[in-house]
Amino acid sequence: MLIELKGIHKTYDNGQPLHVLKGIDLSIDNGEFVSIMGSSGSGKSTLLNILGILDNYDEGEYHLDGHLIKGLKEREAADYRNRTIGFVFQSFNLIPFKTAVENVELPLFYQGVSRTKRREAAMQLLDKLGLANWAKHYPNEMSGGQKQRVAIARALITHPRIILADEPTGALDSKTSVEVMDLLGQLNREEKVTIIVVTHESGVANCANKIVHIKDGLIGEIELNSQHHASTFDKNNIK
Amino acid sequence: MHDLFTEIWSSVRRNKLRTILTGLAVSWGIFIIILLLGAGNGLMNAFMKQSHDFATNTMELYGGLTTKPYDGLQQGRWVPLTEQDVKILQGPLFSDHIDEVSASVADGNNKLIEGTRTYTVTLYGVYPANKDMNGEKILAGRYINENDLNERRKVAVISDVQAEDLMGGRDNYKAILGRAITVDDQVFTVVGVRRSDRQWRDTRIHVPFSTYKLIFAYDDLVNKITFTFHGLRTQKENEAFEKRVRAVLNRAHRAAPDDEGALYVWNRFTQNMQMNRGTDILTKALWVVGIFTLLGGIVGVSNIMLITVKERTHEFGIRKAIGAKPKDITKLILAESITITALFGIFGMLLGLGACEVMNATIGSTSMDIFGESVKLLDNPRVGWGVAIEATIVLIVAGTIAGLSPATKAAKVRPIEALREGKG
Ligand SMILES: Nc1ncnc2c1ncn2[C@@H]1O[C@H](COP(=O)(O)OP(=O)(O)OP(=O)(O)O)[C@@H](O)[C@H]1O
Ligand SMILES: [Mg+2]
Repeated sequence: MLIELKGIHKTYDNGQPLHVLKGIDLSIDNGEFVSIMGSSGSGKSTLLNILGILDNYDEGEYHLDGHLIKGLKEREAADYRNRTIGFVFQSFNLIPFKTAVENVELPLFYQGVSRTKRREAAMQLLDKLGLANWAKHYPNEMSGGQKQRVAIARALITHPRIILADEPTGALDSKTSVEVMDLLGQLNREEKVTIIVVTHESGVANCANKIVHIKDGLIGEIELNSQHHASTFDKNNIK
Repeated sequence: MHDLFTEIWSSVRRNKLRTILTGLAVSWGIFIIILLLGAGNGLMNAFMKQSHDFATNTMELYGGLTTKPYDGLQQGRWVPLTEQDVKILQGPLFSDHIDEVSASVADGNNKLIEGTRTYTVTLYGVYPANKDMNGEKILAGRYINENDLNERRKVAVISDVQAEDLMGGRDNYKAILGRAITVDDQVFTVVGVRRSDRQWRDTRIHVPFSTYKLIFAYDDLVNKITFTFHGLRTQKENEAFEKRVRAVLNRAHRAAPDDEGALYVWNRFTQNMQMNRGTDILTKALWVVGIFTLLGGIVGVSNIMLITVKERTHEFGIRKAIGAKPKDITKLILAESITITALFGIFGMLLGLGACEVMNATIGSTSMDIFGESVKLLDNPRVGWGVAIEATIVLIVAGTIAGLSPATKAAKVRPIEALREGKG
């Protein structure tokens, strides 16, 4: 198993404790395309942040590729985030004063890759995603769909094994949503990247092969969706 | 390195005005440091110049008035130095420390007549050793020597300005060598020309001590005794030795051995020692003042760096989410802080060096007359390369200090919180 969660608990404590995850058990295999669904506030983002080692958990065990992820030093966590995991966010989280290509090559900078090499890799990737002409543009000069594709390029540049996406289409219209999900699907099929997408939209969830439902801080139903028939891609079809 | 500077530039560029305003506080601090040190150096140089030429390990003795009755004699008695004292000092009693003894005598107001003109001059009866002890520079001919002294020759050494006066023309003082001059109806042959500092009319004419005595005085009185010494390193040793000299000479004059009024002792060595200590303290004090001025700038830089870190929290969150380690973030902030401090600091330093040059060209080239001696207020008020390098080190340290707290703060940013913050 690439990802193995056992009895994960997470409580936020801002004044009064809020028990968000109440014992999550979940296994995700290499090469899977999983979507996580659930009502607002059910703890989807919390779970994804724990998976991405952006946040820690209180109880249970999280094994990533056989390694127990617990009490890591910030330096070690940084290494996992850099090499093993790629993030895609709802609000893109591109650095505004860097051009598209500069944003994409940044993870390689933190690996110590030389300037020409990482520029070359970033350009290649942007080209592949049809963004070669936008390489020198700043994020505020691009559309939402373009920005999200730049963000995906940035997540991909280090060839991570897992891509974690928190509502990647949340800020996009349905047409660009389809493009972005197609891109993720393609990466999953062709490059065997494990993809985990948190979403509200059943249409988005339907792109995945497995749909995990979270309810009241616990894993509810897990749908196998290899036929992709759960529902059609439609903004009006929100669960 | 290139990447770091690109990052720094892109950060600074977004906050130009803020960066410039705080950076100028650093410039001002370092400007003040350089200016103060320059002025301090000028002051000390001007001070040193006065004593620079002299042998440093000498004492000067002058006669005085007794301050207590002794051996049946009243207090307030005038005690002049005599040739006997010179002999005592040259003798075996003090040979453990004293090397050479020189004495001089003068009574001022001698008349030098040259053709129809009359000059007021001062004849000094001197020993040959006076040359080195007082740092006399001979421009032409020679100084008074032992033979002059022993044979009581009527020879004279005059100053370059006096020589030019007599010969009528600048820079032809050499022409006076071998000529005869008439002072108080006595004819002397000029054998040497002394350098004066040319700022004032140096009318001192040196002749052999013995000759002077033979012609002008039939006593054995001496105005001043100077001797060089060795083997006295500390203030304490010097004071003990002064006490010994005083006791012996006082007794020879029937004055109380511990009467400090009867013999005036001026020790150039301890004087210099104190002056060096003084200049040391002055330099340190100037540094302290300068560093406090700089402190304002450092606090300013630290503050904008803190603001920058706060503004960039979300960005640091993103960087961490894609793999930046805490030390990558620390480096970013520290480098920015050091760069701002160093660049503006060097700017301030250059201004300071420029201001020192201006000071040198204005105050540095004016002198004042104090007690008939021309004194420069500031002499070469500049700082050397050493200080410039020290100041640069101070700047880099300052930049590091300024960036330290903001940098650790930035490195501690938790990515999850930083990312949420950006969404508002
Ligand atoms: N840092 C935090 N401190 C306190 N409470 C938090 C924090 N982060 C999240 N929560 C709370 O925990 C609960 C779960 O939050 P989470 O963001 O995981 O939900 P979600 O399923 O992603 O919801 P949405 O669909 O709205 O994004 C919510 O009630 C939220 O208010
Ligand atoms: Mg969420």
